[in-house]
Amino acid sequence: MLRLFWCILSRDLTLALRRGTDVLTSLLFFVIVVSLFPLGVGTEREVLQTLGPGVVWVAALLASMLALERLFAADHVDGTLEQMLLTDQPRALLVLAKITAHWLLTGLPLVLIAPLVGMQYHLSGAAVGVMMLTLLVGTPVLSLLGAIGAALTLGLRGGGILLALLILPLYIPVLVYGAGAIDVAATVSVADTGPYFELLGAFLLVALVFAPVAAAAALKISLE
Amino acid sequence: MALNWFKFASPASFYPIAGRLIPAFWIITLVLLGLGLYWGFFETADRLGGSNAQKEYYRIIFIHVPAAWMSMWLYVVMVGWAAIGLVFNTRLSFMMANAVAPTGAIFTFLALWTGAFWGRPSWGTYWDWDPRLTSELVLFFLYIGYIALHSAIDDVRRADRAAALLAIVGLIMVPVIFWSINCPDPNQCAALHQRSDLTQIDGNILFAMLAMTFGFWTYSFATSFMRLRGIILQRESESVWVRDLLDTGDKA
Repeated sequence: MLRLFWCILSRDLTLALRRGTDVLTSLLFFVIVVSLFPLGVGTEREVLQTLGPGVVWVAALLASMLALERLFAADHVDGTLEQMLLTDQPRALLVLAKITAHWLLTGLPLVLIAPLVGMQYHLSGAAVGVMMLTLLVGTPVLSLLGAIGAALTLGLRGGGILLALLILPLYIPVLVYGAGAIDVAATVSVADTGPYFELLGAFLLVALVFAPVAAAAALKISLE
Repeated sequence: MALNWFKFASPASFYPIAGRLIPAFWIITLVLLGLGLYWGFFETADRLGGSNAQKEYYRIIFIHVPAAWMSMWLYVVMVGWAAIGLVFNTRLSFMMANAVAPTGAIFTFLALWTGAFWGRPSWGTYWDWDPRLTSELVLFFLYIGYIALHSAIDDVRRADRAAALLAIVGLIMVPVIFWSINCPDPNQCAALHQRSDLTQIDGNILFAMLAMTFGFWTYSFATSFMRLRGIILQRESESVWVRDLLDTGDKA
């Protein structure tokens, strides 16, 4: 079972890295969206420090969501996905491997580039550290929940916009606690961010258990 | 007496029953809404509360609260039918979930809209990011998402099942979303809505509110059944009984 997981994971990673632009585009999208806000709302230090946590998280939601379409689409078009689901391997595990690959390619880069964004918004070092941690715990939840939406809208025309409509409302808890933790770290103290991480961690664990099963069921519905 | 429930799970046998129930539900609806509105306007106090009294405008409660209750209840009903459909693979359950969704969305919108009109005189604002307002808005998005996903998929079978799964995921998320907006920071749980407690409501007001709620409920039955009949005819248009029905012009 573990071998299946590694097999799919390394396959998806290899495929994606051979077409490196796909990975870079969602990362650049994140950077551009975050850079646009100061130009729109003004560049005063205080304003940016207040807006920073929310902007970073909203941009992360959008970047993660835009990349979701690619999660199953390519494999669906050439029929690989159907073949994978026809094997007698557990579907949820298969989906989990694909989600993991997706997160490594779209979520992890956001975590790594976060310090750069923190500088744009004049966030303190501690706040940037907390921001990286919240993104590290929170973005996998986005990939997991998003996979359900991606599976449901597989192969539909106008799937991208529809996906946003279905998935963005479900992202709200992660947004609230992710941005909340950075805010607390910036205005109060890092020591007070504990409950936020506990809740984000709880979301991650619950999503890790249920989302792959739901996404696998959704794939089955979409491919019938 | 053993009732064969599965007999009514067939669209062909439920279609005429729904047709006979619709007028009954409409009559009950009109009576209840008439009673509720009359009682709410003429038999209740003109002012509410002590020093910071709410004047006539508090009567929005007779639409606002029942609409908010129905918006949540109908989502549960919709998910219930969707889940039954997924488990037993019954066509009528999916059609029922489908028929309930627009009514639920309308009540959600009505709760938000009347809430804005109530909020303006009492809170001084049409909108605020109060937990209940925000989660009601999210509920509206979930209804819209269900309807949008269903209408985006051409294959009816896939549309039914995909939308059902989405509705179930949404039902699990709603409490999580509510608590996340309600109390993101344990130190500041500010909310504009007062804590509601049915025992503290004046008897007259509660009576009018309950009359309106049951009126909205029977209204939901009536409109859902009407929509359900439309959906049945549309989906079963190839079957013999529908063609017979259309040929004879029977309105049963």
